[in-house]
Parts: sequence; structure tokens; C-alpha cells
Amino acid sequence: MAAKKDKLTHILVPVHLKLSDKDKKALMEKYNVDIKELPKISIKDPAISHLDAKERDVIKIIRKSSTAGETVFYRGVINE
Amino acid sequence: MTKQFKQYEDKIPEKILEEVKEHLPAKCSEAKVKKILEAVYSEYRRSLAQPGESVGLVGAESIGEPGTQMTLNTFHFAGVSELNVTTGLPRLIEILDGRKNINTKMMEVYLKKPYSTGKNIKKLAENMKETTLQAFLQEISINIANLQMTILMKKSKLKNAGLTEEKATKILSKTFKKFKFKKQKDYSIIVTSNSKDEALNEIYKLKEKIKDAFISGVKGITQVLPVKRGEEYLIVTAGSNLKEILKKEYVDTTRTVSNDLFEIEGMLGVEATRQIIINEVLKVLDAQGINIDIRHIMLVADAMCMSGKVMGINRYGIVKEKPSVLARASFETPINHVINAALTGEVDYLNSVIENVMMNQLVPVGTGLPGLVTKTK
Repeated sequence: MAAKKDKLTHILVPVHLKLSDKDKKALMEKYNVDIKELPKISIKDPAISHLDAKERDVIKIIRKSSTAGETVFYRGVINE
Repeated sequence: MTKQFKQYEDKIPEKILEEVKEHLPAKCSEAKVKKILEAVYSEYRRSLAQPGESVGLVGAESIGEPGTQMTLNTFHFAGVSELNVTTGLPRLIEILDGRKNINTKMMEVYLKKPYSTGKNIKKLAENMKETTLQAFLQEISINIANLQMTILMKKSKLKNAGLTEEKATKILSKTFKKFKFKKQKDYSIIVTSNSKDEALNEIYKLKEKIKDAFISGVKGITQVLPVKRGEEYLIVTAGSNLKEILKKEYVDTTRTVSNDLFEIEGMLGVEATRQIIINEVLKVLDAQGINIDIRHIMLVADAMCMSGKVMGINRYGIVKEKPSVLARASFETPINHVINAALTGEVDYLNSVIENVMMNQLVPVGTGLPGLVTKTK
């Protein structure tokens, strides 16, 4: 695992959060999906390098949206 | 009143709630507020895309139709004079195809506070430009008897770039390891070859090569242009090197952007790339005076960034990722897909639209999506 890096502070990068196992389970139940079916994010993605994420983690992304104010998006971490 | 708004917080998007709050008359009874919110909620529910709605198809048509109206002007001056920028349809294709090598890379370099006021901005911009030794050269002379080459540099140019002959010597000896560089006092460098047999030959070859040696600035940046936007100055560059430019201490690292999707992806991740796709597409469409609902563009950007890396909308990108053989074959190069699928024994589960159209079956779209459940007695 690479050393923890600073959080990216660019305006283009929305807030990335790692879901806890409990939240992850709740999410999977709510939408009735598997992690494999979520949109993906690479484990090497610079925006999550500070989160120390592992494969099969779920990243919660809070985007600033011009149509809805704030929207929440989820991505499953893949190792590729 | 705030209590009622709170009730709807997770039902209605924040932005709509704020709009309602803004437009509420000063005196408004609680009952009325409740009624308004109810009406807003039902209207919001009605405007959501229904399950089974083929949003992709609607999006494709909504972007495609106005796209036909775009002028085919490849190159014209877009706002920034002097800089030649790809706009219009070619640029749109470039973005949506997810091209690795785009025609005109550009950056918008925002500056930190004391630098953004415009003082010395020309000098700052010039220093950003990729500069080879050629720009500093006064004269190169070869001394055949001593097997030496003397590089004489312009004093003023070096000073402007914030360089000394010492630094230049260091940079040169790093790039050309086969030669020895020795700095002299009067802005000149003496070069000797390491090899003994063909020293003169080598030096002759070096004479031409060394002119293109990178000395100062940021690699890849070919043109710079200071621009005033609102209150502050920023530097628009032709050519792009986000990685290097973000290392500079005078650059505002929170706002500086490039128009190269892959550079953004490498530096800032997929989410930033999704945003830059939206921004770049909107930029093209705005320049052409075309109005497309941003939601369609968001959908495209989402689809392109679905797999964690940027994929173009072509047979090498998102179409390749489709699980169905028939769906892939129906797009482009059908024979390849069918042959490869046959060789590897792929199975098509007929879960999506196009393969069901081929099979003359009910398409899982709209009312075709849900199955029918009946009560058994």
C-alpha cells in the first residue's frame, strides 16, 4: 500500500468518503445490488489515495450538481 | 416553517427546496407552506425518469439532433485571440471518443493571490513556456585544435528566465551525459567529449542537437497568453502539462485545469474527469449557441466514467464493455465479435435491448421491463 497522500483540494474533485461496513451493507440492501454492479473506481485513483481504500470497499461521493445542489454517488473500488 | 422544510429534506433535492424558500411570500401561513411543498413534491416526482425509461436513447437524440446544426468550422479563434483552438464538432467528437491525443491541448493556469493581480504577469508567463537552448544562444563555436565547443549565451535572456550559467550547465550535463560541460565566467560554456577517438565527430553532431535541448520552463507548453478574467489575471497556455505546473509555487492548485481528459484522470481521478467532460462539452455547445439540457450530458459523462477510467463512446470504449455479444456485434465490426464469441464460447443472456430486437422479442424497456405477477388461487 502506498503511503497516505494529502487529500486533493481541486475544485473538480468532489468529496470522497469511505463507507463503513455497516453503511455498505445498508446500501446494498437499499438498492438490492452487489458491489460488482456499482460504478467503479480504481484503487489507484488519486482522489481516494488518502482514504487507504481496499478492493471491494465502497466510496461515497458527494458531488456538487448544478441541477440538484448536492447529489450522492457510489463507486465500488476495483483493483486493476 | 423550517420544520416542514426539514420533513421534505430527503424527498426533494436541496436546490429545489432553496428555490421554494426564496420565492415564498413574506407572510405565508403554515398550512399554505405545507400545501406548496406537497405540490412541489408531487411535481418533482412526476418529472423524475420512470423506471424503464430509455434515458440513453432520449439523451442520444437530444444531443444528436442539435449537433447536426453545428457548423463544421474546425479552426477558429474562440475568445482568446492568437491561440488556435479546436472547437465545434471536431472537439465534441474528440471529447466523446475519449481520444488520447487531442488536437489542441490547453490549460487555464490560475495564480495565487499576489501573482494574480497582474503584476509581472508577462514575465511569469514567459517563464512557463518551454524554452530550448536556442532561445538563449548567442553563438556556438567549435575549436578544432582543442576538440572543444564553446556555447556563448545571451546575458539578458538568462536573467529573465531566472537562470545562471551554472544552472544551465547543470541541466545540460544531465541531458547529455556523454559530454563534459564547464562553465566560464563570461556567460559561456565549454563542452568537451568523453570519447577520445571520435571527439570531433561527436561534437559536430552535438552542435545541432544541443539547440533543441530543454533548458527552462514547463515541458509541453508551447504558447502562453495572460488573460484577464473578472478581477484577476490568469494564464492560458497552449500545450499542457498539469503535473509540472501544479508543482510551481505561484500556481493556484485548486482551480488550474487542463482540457486533456487523461491528464485530469491521472492527476485528479475519475470524478474530476466526469466533471471536466461535462464542462468541456458545455463549452463547445455554448460557443455554438446550442442549448442541450445538462442532464443528457451528465448521463454521457457518467457512462464514460462508469468503469473507473475514461472510455470513449466507440467500439474500443464503452461498447466493448457490453456483456452481450449481439449488442457488440450490432454496433461495429460484427464478424470479429461473432467469431471471437464463438471461439471462446460466450453466452448471450439477452438481457438488454438490441439483442432482443434482433430476436424479435419484447424489449426490456418501459412497460416491457416488469414481469407480470398474478395471484394464484
